[in-house]
Amino acid sequence: MSEWLENHLPKVVLAPSFIAVLIFVYGFIGWTAWVSLTRSKLLPKYEIKGFIQYERLFDSPRWDTAINNLYVFGALFIVIAMVLGLLLAILLDQKIRAEGAIRTIYLYPMALSMIVTGTAWKWILNPGLGIESMVQGWGFPNFEFDWLVNPDYAIYTIVMAAIWQSSGFVMALFLAGLRSVDGEIIKAAQVDGIPTWRIYTAIIIPSMAPIFLSAFIVLAHLAIKSFDLVIALTGGGPGYATDLPATYMYAMAFSRGDIGQAASSAMIMMLVVFAIVVPYLYSELRAKND
Amino acid sequence: MAPILDINKLYKNYGATEILKDINISIEPGDFLVLVGPSGCGKSTLLNCIAGLEEITGGTLSIGGNDMTHVSPKDRDIAMVFQSYALYPTMTVAKNITFGMKVRGVDQATQDAKLKEVASLLQIEPLLNRRPSQLSGGQRQRVAMGRALVRDPKLFLFDEPLSNLDAKLRVEMRTEIKKLHQTLDASIVYVTHDQIEAMTLATKIVVLKGGVVQQIGTPAEIYNNPANLFVADFMGSPAMNLIPAQATRNGSGTQIAIARDQGETLVLNDARDLSLPQDVILGLRPEDIAEAGFRAGDGVQEAACMVDMVEPAGADTYVVSELGGKQVTARLHAETSAQAGKMLNLAFDMSKVSYFAKETGERLN
Amino acid sequence: MTDISMPQTQTRTQSGTGKIALRWLLYVLLGLFALYYLMPLFVMVTTSLKSLEEIRTGSLISLPREVSFDAWKTAWSGACTGIQCEGLRPYFWNSVLIAVPAVAISTLLGALNGYVVAQWRFKGANIIFSLMLFGCFIPFQVVLLPMARLLGMMGIAGTIPGLIFVHVIYGLGFTTLFFRNYYVTIPAELTKAARVDGAGFLRIFWSIFLPLSLPIVVVTVIWQFTQIWNDFLFGVSFSQAGTQPVTVALNNIVNSTTGVKEYNVDMAAAIIAGLPTLLVYVVAGKYFIRGLTAGSVKG
Repeated sequence: MSEWLENHLPKVVLAPSFIAVLIFVYGFIGWTAWVSLTRSKLLPKYEIKGFIQYERLFDSPRWDTAINNLYVFGALFIVIAMVLGLLLAILLDQKIRAEGAIRTIYLYPMALSMIVTGTAWKWILNPGLGIESMVQGWGFPNFEFDWLVNPDYAIYTIVMAAIWQSSGFVMALFLAGLRSVDGEIIKAAQVDGIPTWRIYTAIIIPSMAPIFLSAFIVLAHLAIKSFDLVIALTGGGPGYATDLPATYMYAMAFSRGDIGQAASSAMIMMLVVFAIVVPYLYSELRAKND
Repeated sequence: MAPILDINKLYKNYGATEILKDINISIEPGDFLVLVGPSGCGKSTLLNCIAGLEEITGGTLSIGGNDMTHVSPKDRDIAMVFQSYALYPTMTVAKNITFGMKVRGVDQATQDAKLKEVASLLQIEPLLNRRPSQLSGGQRQRVAMGRALVRDPKLFLFDEPLSNLDAKLRVEMRTEIKKLHQTLDASIVYVTHDQIEAMTLATKIVVLKGGVVQQIGTPAEIYNNPANLFVADFMGSPAMNLIPAQATRNGSGTQIAIARDQGETLVLNDARDLSLPQDVILGLRPEDIAEAGFRAGDGVQEAACMVDMVEPAGADTYVVSELGGKQVTARLHAETSAQAGKMLNLAFDMSKVSYFAKETGERLN
Repeated sequence: MTDISMPQTQTRTQSGTGKIALRWLLYVLLGLFALYYLMPLFVMVTTSLKSLEEIRTGSLISLPREVSFDAWKTAWSGACTGIQCEGLRPYFWNSVLIAVPAVAISTLLGALNGYVVAQWRFKGANIIFSLMLFGCFIPFQVVLLPMARLLGMMGIAGTIPGLIFVHVIYGLGFTTLFFRNYYVTIPAELTKAARVDGAGFLRIFWSIFLPLSLPIVVVTVIWQFTQIWNDFLFGVSFSQAGTQPVTVALNNIVNSTTGVKEYNVDMAAAIIAGLPTLLVYVVAGKYFIRGLTAGSVKG
């Protein structure tokens, strides 16, 4: 008996976590998938009715807005955060004095809750008392900056806050990447008389392709899961102008009592995440197993 | 006396891949068995199987007369020294050495006494309170051996213990291991890819290739009578000359003809009564080819050869000549007058020749 | 280390003064970016120290004329999160009560799991690890509904143990990943040596691996603490009036519609809610960054 236990202890130790993951991740995904195919409303029903919830979802103008917002937010957030992060990383890679302190400043927003970030930016962007009134006070009485309450522009305020929060993190990723490039290659290029900017564009940045991919995956993942920031900054408003899939799902699940819609929207979110992450994870795990 | 280690029809598979095939090895107490072969030949896997760190797929294994096939490592009464030394990084040298005893609940007084004994044997007393990170490679090596010695096991297992040391230290430690073996009269299984280590340390050598035993024997047997072309080529440095030749019966002996690119065919006679096929590979160690006049004996035959290259190596000078399409190395005395591009009379000791079949590579004589 | 800016062989076209000007430009740029990242924090702090009157009349970025800590007091113990007006204090402690056990349990389990996956490989261990790793990536929306029902069935819906449970479950993937990636760098021979020495699975973990693990424990604890403290989705979905974590309470204070909008209190509350993680970041930034990059470069 004790011999058996000694031999199988590793499996016994791993088992509870594995079972938990099986149930609470994969089992729950299955449950949600099932319910998304029913007519569940306030309470879940288990009789499969086909894709009716998905039809409702794609007919819903609010979901339409949420998806459009995700495109706009996701694209701007990912592109700007990457460009800014790379720029900061390159600037910091120039043998800067007090590099540690500057890095600390660039990265601290990542330690904050999105709710804190949202609260701060909500105040800064407050049309009556924030940036707008400040610039007006500087002698530009006609300056207008009401994006936070303007349905056409409110989504961009979320982009702004999200970039403030996450670009420092992208910088840290890229900086680590820059530092891991083989120093001898760079010395060789310097000896060959290649100018610094060409060394970056022709040698260093191309060799960081895996880091670009990682940064993209992380940012895309953050974008799709974005929930707290929207709630804190705009609450999804004005109206539902800044709804994202995550807030749509939450509203359906907990305020509208429409479990079927909540489940189907959650499934769509998961499919989007999977479409991005699965190929990446697959290639990573495969590369490692060789 | 019962063999200290007896391996019987051992097989080891990883999935569908056969790593070890039909291994049969038996050693007596006090033997120093060296498992040698190129990397990937399965020698380390075999050692892990002996230790019980890998389950075997088939066959049986006994240590000290007890069946250990399915016994866990801790109950096999073995100790092991690893290539990376595997010292516990957070423990001092003393704790590293006594950890095994502590785990087994040996009382403190015995632990202290054993530690003292081993530390003085290996001359590591001043290091006992240091951590592995504060030690040099050679010192780590000693501590790793101390950890094994203190256990006083039936069988010691060494997994390429010297391969992380620099050349000079490696030779020193080799001598030391040999001394330890002689003083302690311990039974040892030792894995290495270095055939010189194998030759100097072993009382018995197992040559492995592709998971299959090629030859088992004393160092002299392996060196003088390699069982096949692989063993002939692998053991010895510089390697044995392996020359394609034609054999024909000549009275009671054999006539050997070796083609040459330049000049006429080299014909030598082997007086031994052998029955060889026509196409053979002739194996002759460099030291069995000398400068004419420096080697005497029944089998010695002289012939003029073109010297292609001369490589002085201090104590000896190596001379390379083309024979049978191969670069053949002869080991001459240091003061030789051989010159590249000139003819030189060489003495071939035909009594030392090994013959191998051209197709199978198996030994013929 | 790349060393791009080492003194290079100067070409004649590149004058010394040009280089110095470029250097200055570099520092100016870096300074401007630093201002950009610091500005919101600065605005939060100054606003929290101003009176409401000064906020209404003054500029966003001006320093307070008269420093007042009244807003901090209100935020801590008097602000309204709806009908209740107890400030952030009870919710702050809720977050502590949730985070401490959840961090401890998920870190310990992650260490054991990582140890198994990295050092005791058995058939299928890689598949199990891949499945667990995958769990890190799912959008949690997909488990919200069934988890709400399960917590109800277990009778821990809306309780702090319920939230601890949720955080442990969905933190396991990351903690296992962290420890696994750390333990695979430890040579397998160490485990083998200990096994030959007679130590078993748990003894090896306890005597050899755990003493080696301080750096990765710090990284994992910081990562988990930050994640759990900053969580909003689980907090808002699975808590009720008395058990809300600080992030949910902060959001309620800010969006509470009763009475006059007290921006200074909002800002003080936001700083209080952000302070623990900010503190951890300032004290152990090195480990924080290591966790971030380890969590993203699945490596």
